[in-house]
Amino acid sequence: MATGIRDKVAIIGMGCTRFGERWESGAEELLVEAFTECIADAGIEKKDIQAAWLGTSVDQVNVGGSALPLSTSLRLPYIPVTRVENYCATGTEAFRGACYAVASGAYDICLAQGVEKLKDTGYGGLPSGGSSSGSLSWLYWPNATAPGSFAQLASAYMARYNVAADDLKRAIGHVSVKSHANGVNNPKAHLRKPVSLEQVLAAPMIAWPLGLFDCCGVSDGSACAIVTTPEIAKDLGKKDLISVKALQLALSSGEELSFNEWRGDHFVTTDKASTKAYAEAGIKNPKDEISMMEVHDCFSITELVTYEDLHISERGQAWKDALDGFYDADGKVPCQIDGGLKCFGHPIGASGLRMIYEMYLQLLGRAGDRQLKDPKFGLTHNLGGFPFQNVAAISIIGRYGA
Amino acid sequence: MIGITSFGAYIPRLRLNRGAIFMNMGWYNPSIIAVAQGERSCCNWDEDSLTMAVAASRECLTGLDRNQIDAVYLASTTMPFSDRQNAGILATTLNLREDIQTSDFTSSQKAGTDALLTALDVVTGGDKKTILVAAADTRTAKPASSYEMWYGDGSAAMTVGDQDVIAEFKGGYSVAIDFVDHYRGTQNKFDYTWEERWVRDEGYSKIIPQAVGGLFQKLGIGMDQVDKLIFPCYFKAEHRKIAKKLGADADKLVDNMHEVCGEMGTAHPLMMLASTLEKAEPGQRIVVAGFGQGSDALYFEVTENIKKLPARLGVAGHLAKKKTLDNYPKFLSFRDMAEKEMGIRSEAPTQTALTVLWRKRKMILGLVGGKCRDCGTPQFPKMDICVNPNCNHVKSLDDYEFADEPAKVMTYTGDMLAFSIDPPAIYGMIEFDGGGRFLADFTDCELDDVSVGKPVSMSFRRRYTDKARGFTGYFWKAIPQAEASA
Repeated sequence: MATGIRDKVAIIGMGCTRFGERWESGAEELLVEAFTECIADAGIEKKDIQAAWLGTSVDQVNVGGSALPLSTSLRLPYIPVTRVENYCATGTEAFRGACYAVASGAYDICLAQGVEKLKDTGYGGLPSGGSSSGSLSWLYWPNATAPGSFAQLASAYMARYNVAADDLKRAIGHVSVKSHANGVNNPKAHLRKPVSLEQVLAAPMIAWPLGLFDCCGVSDGSACAIVTTPEIAKDLGKKDLISVKALQLALSSGEELSFNEWRGDHFVTTDKASTKAYAEAGIKNPKDEISMMEVHDCFSITELVTYEDLHISERGQAWKDALDGFYDADGKVPCQIDGGLKCFGHPIGASGLRMIYEMYLQLLGRAGDRQLKDPKFGLTHNLGGFPFQNVAAISIIGRYGA
Repeated sequence: MIGITSFGAYIPRLRLNRGAIFMNMGWYNPSIIAVAQGERSCCNWDEDSLTMAVAASRECLTGLDRNQIDAVYLASTTMPFSDRQNAGILATTLNLREDIQTSDFTSSQKAGTDALLTALDVVTGGDKKTILVAAADTRTAKPASSYEMWYGDGSAAMTVGDQDVIAEFKGGYSVAIDFVDHYRGTQNKFDYTWEERWVRDEGYSKIIPQAVGGLFQKLGIGMDQVDKLIFPCYFKAEHRKIAKKLGADADKLVDNMHEVCGEMGTAHPLMMLASTLEKAEPGQRIVVAGFGQGSDALYFEVTENIKKLPARLGVAGHLAKKKTLDNYPKFLSFRDMAEKEMGIRSEAPTQTALTVLWRKRKMILGLVGGKCRDCGTPQFPKMDICVNPNCNHVKSLDDYEFADEPAKVMTYTGDMLAFSIDPPAIYGMIEFDGGGRFLADFTDCELDDVSVGKPVSMSFRRRYTDKARGFTGYFWKAIPQAEASA
């Protein structure tokens, strides 16, 4: 009978590049930058890594297919390297592969790395796939962008919970203001200036009702983790082990898009994945027990409804909790303490691992000006796709044995 | 008795104010003021002759059994394909039987009346009982030409058969005369026109009377046995003169519709005929003639069945449903006549896998989804496993048509980032009252027209044009309705 992942995997090293418009670096250079920090943190040699997982999403403008970009950039010595992709949840997907490999006993030490080089497209926003995104979907899907797809949550949420447009706009505006305030304290973030609610509300409209400041930018970056079993970690002399408490995914069955129940206002997947993650981690009351979280704030509205899907805000109340500062740095459950996708941008393959990176630093007391007081459990929520069809990936990490 | 059994019309919502054309191009050609009255209909950027023909045909088929249709004839000089049966695409959108004949009538402005006359003759022949005839055109003229003022976009459709005939066909007469008032070579985008005086004096003024006169002689009738006379002619004065010469006074001559929509190419004689039928009384006798390198003239008598025809928007309804466009550059842009910065985002690949289009032709062109035999859930698209989580049976779905099902807006947005010919791109989830839903583009609306819960109706539209490969892709879009109605 399976017993889940809790306390079977320890993270012994992590690395993360500065995210941003890295004009001077290609994916090959970003991989080395993150890996260099990570292997130093782990205190092992490259030859100790027995298998690796590469997460990267947009083939056409990035590194192309296969896992060879990782094995060749890092000069990995003919070890197994697997390429994984699950839209924007790719980073967590790479982490899962490495974790299950060591938990299974198949390997001792594994590497999970995500990278994305998006700033070679020549324009802002995610690249448009056109007919190369799917030969059937090309024939009938609207030419939807990410902002437009997620913006739809707003019309549905307002209709369902009778929230006035102005109130919702201020609530989602506050989500971004809060994240920017956190990004100020993060030298690795792309955007490090604070913004005011007035600025957010006055920003040009991108996809109604999301304005410029409700949307995260597109950027370049890489992040990685080296994992092993707690036993091996102790043998390597590691103290204060950080371990994985839960790793859960939930993917749409097609019901949101074709069945008659979902109302368009939340993520069915996040609701289900988080329930399983809390059970796996032994968390009974997330509102009290989750010390901090990084959620997929590609858009402010996504973060807002996610507060409810993670069972921390009550249904229909997230907008009030946001305005109350519940998720601010000095709130009950600080969210995006590192600045989030909002300040880092979203190099797709890297984001999930960047989220885990911040939770890891916080748990080890290494988060500098962003340090929270004595955090216990950190949750990451990494979402790929659209509200109407998506992959929700949740990880919970904490101190080993806690 | 054989004749017309139903009719339908479609006039695009947008009406370009002719004054706007003059405002923008009058500096170049002041003479166009002479024909700058009223408005001309123009396609939205996502419409073309085929999409308009689908709309007119759907209206025509109100209350009729589509399985009875034995042939589809589509007339147009502006078909999207020169070699791919356009009438066949039309048949697929309507989910007609496979064992039918489809035929495109083209290359002349009289193709509409050609198609109608041929359909009547074929039904008379006995092998086919019901034929759908549709005519549509979206003719493009050079800016600052009189023709830009005269042309409108639109479509009209009729069914022809021997059951419940509303206008009995009494006979037809054709003349074929290679009078080249204008032409368009296969490689050309625009028509080439000759001197208007010659076209009026030697063309319309001689050929229309020749055809109508020939019809009268063949049937042994005169203008006193005609209540309504229909024929196209841009030149209003000439239109009246020809009618007068034929012995028809002002009440008999059906207006050429210049001020309200413009002349719609092959569709025009049928549009004027539809407009006449929707006001007709039983017993009225109608002559309708086309014009284009000759003429076909047809004679009908309206029957009592005209009173029993189920309601439809018709010409009058479509004329009323309009939005005036004062923006001439927008008109040019919608017709792809104004090069503009589309950004690198618009460079995304646009290839159509014809194998996928074949496999999914009912889904894409016919908006056919599935309904589970076991749990009754309608769903789009139709897949091998039922989407109902309490069912999930394998291969349990039968075909289910969504195009005529009422639906409502569930979510929406106006996207300024997505590449669009008419930003913002408006799209969202729609859910059908009877079950089923999908993510749809909204069209014929502004963002303020859309709200959660608003009823929508489905419309067949152009989705994309792959210029490099010369392909046009189509799918269905949702139009927000002003009120909940059929």
